[in-house]
Amino acid sequence: MTTTMTSHTIAVLVNDQPGVLQRVSGLFGRRGFNIESITVGQSEEEGLSRMVIVTQGDDKTLEQIEKQLYKLIDVIKVVNLSSKPMVARELALIKVKSEPAERPEIMGVVETFRAAVVDIGTNSMIVQVVGDTEKIDAMIELLHPYGIRELSRTGVTAMIRGNA
Amino acid sequence: MSAQIPAVRSTEQLREKWMKPEVITGSEILLRSLVLEGVECVFGYPGGAVLYIYDALYGFKDFHHLLTRHEQGAIHAADGYARASGKVGVCIATSGPGATNTVTGIATAFMDSVPLVVITGNVVSSLIGTDAFQEADITGITMPITKHSYLVRSVEELPRVIHEAFHIANTGRKGPVLIDIPKDVSADKTLFEPVQSINLRGYNPKVVPNHHQLEKVAAAIKEAERPVILAGGGVVYSGGHEELLEFVTRTEIPITTTLLGLGAFPSGNPLWMGMPGMHGTYTANQAIQNSDLLINIGARFDDRVTGRLDGFAPHAKVVHIDIDPAEIGKNVKTEIPVVGDVKTVLELLNPLVGRSDKADAWRSQISQWMADKPYKYKDSDTELKPQWVIELLNDTTKGEAIVTTDVGQHQMWAAQYYKFNQPRSWITSGGLGTMGFGFPSAIGAQMAHPDRLVISINGDGGMQMCAQELAICAINNIPVKVVVINNQVLGMVRQWQELIYENRYSHIDLAGSPDFVKLAEAYGVKGLRASNKEEAKQAWKEAMETPGPVLVEFVVSKEENVYPMVTQGSTIDQMLMGDCE
Repeated sequence: MTTTMTSHTIAVLVNDQPGVLQRVSGLFGRRGFNIESITVGQSEEEGLSRMVIVTQGDDKTLEQIEKQLYKLIDVIKVVNLSSKPMVARELALIKVKSEPAERPEIMGVVETFRAAVVDIGTNSMIVQVVGDTEKIDAMIELLHPYGIRELSRTGVTAMIRGNA
Repeated sequence: MSAQIPAVRSTEQLREKWMKPEVITGSEILLRSLVLEGVECVFGYPGGAVLYIYDALYGFKDFHHLLTRHEQGAIHAADGYARASGKVGVCIATSGPGATNTVTGIATAFMDSVPLVVITGNVVSSLIGTDAFQEADITGITMPITKHSYLVRSVEELPRVIHEAFHIANTGRKGPVLIDIPKDVSADKTLFEPVQSINLRGYNPKVVPNHHQLEKVAAAIKEAERPVILAGGGVVYSGGHEELLEFVTRTEIPITTTLLGLGAFPSGNPLWMGMPGMHGTYTANQAIQNSDLLINIGARFDDRVTGRLDGFAPHAKVVHIDIDPAEIGKNVKTEIPVVGDVKTVLELLNPLVGRSDKADAWRSQISQWMADKPYKYKDSDTELKPQWVIELLNDTTKGEAIVTTDVGQHQMWAAQYYKFNQPRSWITSGGLGTMGFGFPSAIGAQMAHPDRLVISINGDGGMQMCAQELAICAINNIPVKVVVINNQVLGMVRQWQELIYENRYSHIDLAGSPDFVKLAEAYGVKGLRASNKEEAKQAWKEAMETPGPVLVEFVVSKEENVYPMVTQGSTIDQMLMGDCE
């Protein structure tokens, strides 16, 4: 057991019931567990949703998080994704100021990152970027000098690589 | 006893009667389902959102309904019923304020793992979320203090929900389950067919332990020189007290039982060291601190037991047996975790274990401690000592009564000086420490056991938090013997202020309390008072000889403290011994 604080990505398969997000997030809140990001959506099975939660904590905290989650009746399965090789992705929409003269420069940044411009206004554009958290942080940093008007990130969704 | 409590009517014929498929209202479905779940008695309070349910209850005789005077009384009574009987306690409250009045009782049951099904009404579905009259999001409010909860969306769901709620409440680590029923759902009709099966994918409590872990426990016992058993409420809840006795008899390991574990092991057994922790015995705390093997059976290492965690049982290898895996390692590092139902675990473990032969010197050491440092107090001939009062109750009832308590000094004295020999005889709010719990929980306990003597021990503070339920005792002739240990102050707060806050007695004086004898009489309950030993013996004798409910007020000394005491932030061997020295 180590006591170092590390980031963990946990997938939680839950019954698609009203209030289930409140049960899970409430559990984190009242037990003092941290939530860096939480995403929820449909899973491969009808009636079940998958939540992906990114949390900070030592191994003991992670163990408690898993055990406490399993106590919720609506929780079917808890998987610590970050204990195995995983694919983690986040999506961000970034509305960046762009006078016509700046557009080619911004497009250059966007292309380098394999991001996409999904909307262009008279003096702004929306950039869509998908990738791991670091890539999105980097993209935001590069677009920052042009002036970010609005930013919306989805939080991380993730899966274990291969057949696991 | 001359209890004239309405007879319980849950029989197989009754079940058959209600099994036939029929189109009925949600309210009728609720009542029939409760009968099918074996419910004998519910505690409740009507109001607008549960009027259909109460309409269905009109003339309904297949279980008994007790109308309390406050929803807090109802839920604590349901809790006492559950703790005394081992069955699920049921409480009904209306929406909004009715529902929120149950919150303290739900949290009390949650902390102590008591199986309850709490039924609340809600406003009609179309008004939910509009801040309608008497609307409260009770499922949201109680989410952190329930094992699970349901907001019923349609009448078709109701049979399944009720069946699941009972299953969840009374299996695994037990706990309260809330069912919130909108008014229209209780009025709507559907074809009712009793639900036979349960399909809860995410809920599979592990009852049978891993055999390999049991072998490790047996090996550890063989090697231990200073083993100790710490047994808790889990023993009582699993019904594993006989298996525990066998385990101790086989191994001859000294045992301490937590506050909620009192009665799980016979107090007369020479290996019993009393209770551990903040107001535990010198022996139990020294034994834990010096042990090399600590076997926790169904206790959760509450901070009132462990004291300062980083100095708790510093030399011990820890075995933790618990049905809730999340309890293992939560507070105390555990070398041998055993997940399973206590009774099942002990049944499987007993054949593997023998006498801990290396622990003979340890056993003599423990006997020595027990002889040297028992619980003690300075008795008086001029004033009544609360400990003496508890001893009086214990002596005259031979430890056979069901005792419920409120919270505070009297609770600790009762735990220390009443000697319990059977499980489900001791009912107290351990985890939440709920004042107002003691008296109504006794009503529930008496409903569960009409023929047993039920004594409710209260302080003068807590008695005033649910005193209105005296009416229930009077009207239903529920023969609870209500004891009020009156020291005219909030005693435990006073004790802390004396010992920790340098005698700064801030707002503890309960001057203005009612004359408890007159209060009892006002409700139609016999009231008696005693201020010295002779009066006390006489009053208690009269109470015992009087059929029906009686309140006895014992006026005791104000300055008495509970000793020993471990102050917060200390390890449990750093005890203030006080009069026990």
